[in-house]
Amino acid sequence: MAIPIVYNLRSVRARWTSAIVAVVGIAGTVGVFVAMLSLANGFRATLVSSGSPDNALIVRGGATSEMTSGVALDAVKIIQDAPGIARGPSGPLVTAEAVLMAPIPLRSTGTDANVEVRGVSPNVLEIRKGVRIIEGRMFSPGLAEVVVGKNANTTYSGLTLGNTIGLGTVQWKVVGVFDAGGSSFDSEVWGDPHLLTAAYNRPDTFFQSVTAHLTSRESLTQLREALTSDPRLNVDVLREIDYYAKQSTRMTTLITRLGGFVAFVMAIGAVFGALNTMYSAVADRGKEIATMRALGFGGPSVVFSFLLEALLISFVGGLLGCLAVLRLNGITTSTINFQTFSNLAFAFRITPGLLAEGIVFALVMGVLGGLFPAVRAAGLPVATALREL
Amino acid sequence: MVRVDGSGNSQSLICVRGLNKTYSRGGEKIQVLQGLNLDVDKGDFVAFMGPSGSGKTTLLNLLGGLDVPSAGSITVDGDEITHMSGSKLTQWRARHVGFIFQMYNLIPVLTAYQNVELPLLLTKLSGSDRRKHVETALAVVGLGDRMHHYPRQLSGGQEQRVTIARAIVSDPTFLLCDEPTGDLDRKSADEIMALIEELVGKYGKTVLMVTHDPVVAARAHTTLHLEKGVLVEGKASRQSVLAGGAA
Repeated sequence: MAIPIVYNLRSVRARWTSAIVAVVGIAGTVGVFVAMLSLANGFRATLVSSGSPDNALIVRGGATSEMTSGVALDAVKIIQDAPGIARGPSGPLVTAEAVLMAPIPLRSTGTDANVEVRGVSPNVLEIRKGVRIIEGRMFSPGLAEVVVGKNANTTYSGLTLGNTIGLGTVQWKVVGVFDAGGSSFDSEVWGDPHLLTAAYNRPDTFFQSVTAHLTSRESLTQLREALTSDPRLNVDVLREIDYYAKQSTRMTTLITRLGGFVAFVMAIGAVFGALNTMYSAVADRGKEIATMRALGFGGPSVVFSFLLEALLISFVGGLLGCLAVLRLNGITTSTINFQTFSNLAFAFRITPGLLAEGIVFALVMGVLGGLFPAVRAAGLPVATALREL
Repeated sequence: MVRVDGSGNSQSLICVRGLNKTYSRGGEKIQVLQGLNLDVDKGDFVAFMGPSGSGKTTLLNLLGGLDVPSAGSITVDGDEITHMSGSKLTQWRARHVGFIFQMYNLIPVLTAYQNVELPLLLTKLSGSDRRKHVETALAVVGLGDRMHHYPRQLSGGQEQRVTIARAIVSDPTFLLCDEPTGDLDRKSADEIMALIEELVGKYGKTVLMVTHDPVVAARAHTTLHLEKGVLVEGKASRQSVLAGGAA
């Protein structure tokens, strides 16, 4: 049987001042690790939730994002008649969208940030079923009116209900606020696509993308085959959710790598903290270890016992780190979306899986910090250590 | 019966032959034990005496399997321990040796009960059987009412009693005591020695004890002196040391 765990628990408690160094180091590292990953998680979730598996997004062939795409009006008309697209009372559920950038001052700093302004079809709410007006009303086609996402409403100056804002050459009235369920649309301003393109002196027969609601999820293949085999068109057809997931990869990779690097550097410090704690535990308890060995506990039992102790310390550190950053969950922040160069608001998203990763990370640090001292403990010369005062 | 001339037979519980132990210190070789012989029968109570550095504790460590000799053999109850691997020796210690240390060597974060239970964790006894054994051992040493006290809550004499309970709880083949009264006042020392005598007399335990104290040594059946690496019976003299060395 192994050395009883109560020995380790009470030893840690008896030497808490030494253990606290390791606990704090590991807690800090796990906190940063989880916070960074929750940022990436939140960014990814915001973009992925923008897309629906029931919608298809059609962009120019080879375009990597809406910003590098262009779909002409005559192509839009061909797309509207394609098979696999659902129809509503007012016709095919298709929204041809013009995407523009407008500099609008941030409420927090007063400095301009790029806001994505999207010209959408009047039936857009039938296509994007996750979007609903929570204040005011939808804009009227043909009028200089806009609706704003709930994050845009709180993040930028002037995007409040009833206010008028200059976009391009036209003054627009904010007539509604919409909730897009925490997706990237919440950071956007929506209006009539023809008026918006005109306000920016762009041809109103040219759009960045077309989003179509599918008759069923399976009908995407049928739609793709029909559009990509049509010699009049040069388009790529993607499931909307896949498009947004792909859009998130660059930023999430950047955040994950940067966060990973910071966490790695901190982890080195934390492991040294744990090493220091465990080596001092071994040094302080040489006589106890020797006594256990004399009583008949083998080297592997001692290694296991000290490793367990290191794991206990690291688990507590990991738990504290996770608890400390838990309060970040849901806090909204914003950054530039490298795919569109627009400002995107998103929330820290701490999931149970992420917390489990944080705990596992802490335990790995515990193993690294505890293994060598544990092996040293098992290798202490028993006869000599027994005579220590 | 205890013999130091190598004339014992195979019935001896402990049989030591030609034991050598050499240490290297600063490039210099120091021979602590030089061809030492010893035979101890079951139920014997032997005291080892000798000046500091004479090798008393080294001998005890070798007999307890805590150290390995440079040459010679130690056989306990038919098992030769000198060629056992480290892990075998650890298992052997758990089954055959009970240690009683001068400084008690109790685990400070464990209660008296938990300290005494430690050797039993290496056996296959159930939790309830372990409890019976621990309670019996603590009752034998007179600490049945202190079993949930921590070492810091006990006097030196009581701590040594817990150590004795820990040493006897697994009913080992023999007990090794390294200066068991060295850290105690005379009254507590007397009580501890009375307890050890009781273990020998009433329970038939075999005890090998190192001590500096002639009063304590006098309570053993046999006192052996260790000088210049060999054991001699009775009061040591230059002649007897030489005679023992020749043997």
